[in-house]
Amino acid sequence: MTTVESVLGRRRPAPADGAARRKRAKGRPVWEGPPTLVGQFGKGTVLTVVVLLVVLPLYAIVLTSFSSEGAITRAGGSLVIVPDGLSLGAYREIFTGGVVTKAVLVSFGITLVGTVVSMTVSILCAYGLSRSRSFGHRFFLMMMIFTMFFSGGIIPGFLVVSELHGYDQYWALILPSAVSVFNILIMRGFYQATTQDLMDAARIDGAGDWRILWSIVLPTTKAVTAVMTLFYAVGYWGSWFNVLLYMPFDNSKWPLSYVLYEYVNLGTKMPGTNTGGAGLSVQHEVASPFAISMAVVVITLIPILVVYPFLQKHFTKGMLTGAIKG
Amino acid sequence: MAVVTTGGAAVPEEARPKAPPGGPVMSAGRPGRTSRRRARRAARPRLSWRIRLRRDKTLLLMVLPAMALLLVFNYLPMFGVVSAFEFYDPIYGFLHSNWVGLQNFTDLFHDQLFWHAFQNTLVLSFVQLVLYFPIPIMLAVLLNSVLSSKLRSFIQAVVYLPHFFSWVLVITIFDQMLGGAGLLNEFLRQHHMATWNIMTSPAAFKYLVTAQAVWKEAGWGIIVFLAALAAIDPQLYESAAVDGAGRWRRMWHITLPGMRGMIVLMLVLRLGNALSVGFEQMLIQRNAVGPQSAEVLDTFAYYFGIGNGNFGYGAAAGLFKGVISLILILLANRLAHALGEDGLYRK
Repeated sequence: MTTVESVLGRRRPAPADGAARRKRAKGRPVWEGPPTLVGQFGKGTVLTVVVLLVVLPLYAIVLTSFSSEGAITRAGGSLVIVPDGLSLGAYREIFTGGVVTKAVLVSFGITLVGTVVSMTVSILCAYGLSRSRSFGHRFFLMMMIFTMFFSGGIIPGFLVVSELHGYDQYWALILPSAVSVFNILIMRGFYQATTQDLMDAARIDGAGDWRILWSIVLPTTKAVTAVMTLFYAVGYWGSWFNVLLYMPFDNSKWPLSYVLYEYVNLGTKMPGTNTGGAGLSVQHEVASPFAISMAVVVITLIPILVVYPFLQKHFTKGMLTGAIKG
Repeated sequence: MAVVTTGGAAVPEEARPKAPPGGPVMSAGRPGRTSRRRARRAARPRLSWRIRLRRDKTLLLMVLPAMALLLVFNYLPMFGVVSAFEFYDPIYGFLHSNWVGLQNFTDLFHDQLFWHAFQNTLVLSFVQLVLYFPIPIMLAVLLNSVLSSKLRSFIQAVVYLPHFFSWVLVITIFDQMLGGAGLLNEFLRQHHMATWNIMTSPAAFKYLVTAQAVWKEAGWGIIVFLAALAAIDPQLYESAAVDGAGRWRRMWHITLPGMRGMIVLMLVLRLGNALSVGFEQMLIQRNAVGPQSAEVLDTFAYYFGIGNGNFGYGAAAGLFKGVISLILILLANRLAHALGEDGLYRK
């Protein structure tokens, strides 16, 4: 009860309370009554369930990808929940070359190049529009904002890229979605909020716009840069529809997300491995095809899981404190 | 004029004179700046455009790449909607395809499948509005009442994580949980109960899709609403408590009104995007569930336009959706203004 009580309740610096009286949970304000047992229990249950709903599937998938053929068979051919015979077979099979290995490289390439392009373009644009009364900034803003209200639709976009000979080209996976107006507007907001005095001082000292952007604006807005990088990178990493549109046939060019779709989601047989439809176990093989499928899922997950904790703190800082005042 | 988004929050163009509690997130900029700027503007004479052009040429150069990309990939397609009035043939391109006038649209409006897709879109949108919308609000209120800040940020981080998964990934995960070979059915099988493949059930599809949306995006909503909650003045709670308001009264009279601005904003966004119900999500699952319940306007445009190679027809469906969406966004903003809130942009 004490742990639950110390954990749940209203946070706020606790005013000194009479030590003689009932022990008050740390952070609970004086005016607030003690929590009811039912309320505490309900709250704890709901939050635990919410967390488990996210964590459990991920746990089961990771565990299954590391499970041996036998463990998966004993689990009835679906996800393994209790560790029962581990094996690295699935990963060994995947990384001995073939579609998945190639796809990992392609995905990293697209994500890296795409994020660099997007961030460069966005930072420049956001800074270029951040000074009020600059030439044409209102026009450019309107031009950007209009794209949020109206779009030509999927087909004309596809036709334009096709007429530019983007079919089966990697740039078709990057450039059409390289600019996010929403992200640029957020960045612009942050740039406008950086200390103007510092910029003015730099300007008097003879610094040009490139210099100001590089030495003053960027170093003071690291949080938003981090968050936007994450947004763009995650977008490219998971990009699927562009592949469906522009290179659906050549599996040697596919990024990971499309490999995941084709071989795990649709259950097509993966060339080079023994994955024949998720869930159908083929006997006498080193790794269970199901484990291989799950290993593909895990590989798509890993970069997100690795980067996320580092950026998460920026997240709260960059998006919330900077954003909402107070 | 303040602005909007696909993702969810408003970005006021000018710093607000006074940030209202629970106002849109991410309004970077501090109170008081506008007035200062205005004063400066009044004091300074307006420069001629020639001088301003020369002065700002670096800035213009910086804006150029983004504008070029927007022009090619956003504005060219807007002119590409002429294909909706053509019998588009890839060999001839936009300029030389046969002009058919409104033929594509008349065909479209006589197409039962199109109206079915339209109806599906509206139904899915409505179900999501009713079942999805309140969840992040409730969870945010709940999470806000958690005392330990460590635990709070841990839960927040976990719940927000799926926001960064692609739809392919989310659907694969759901398939492993609820699909024919998934955990749920394995459990049912082991306990000799009838199995139920939710992933391919047309009847359950709307709820499945909503569940997926909640799983993936509720975390984002929670963060946004938590921000609104953080802006509520704690003294309000204190004085209410002193006046004898209980837990529920405080929630009703302080918490909810404090979140009102954000709730209206999110509602407006949802209404404005009513015709975009998770395109990738539908496209990936369309074959498993069948077009009967999974066909929405976007997938209709995709399948008839690109799948069948009838580009003009697909473009017409897309244009129809674009125009209705634009009208919806404007109406939703009217609604927000009528409710006394900013919405996506201010009056």
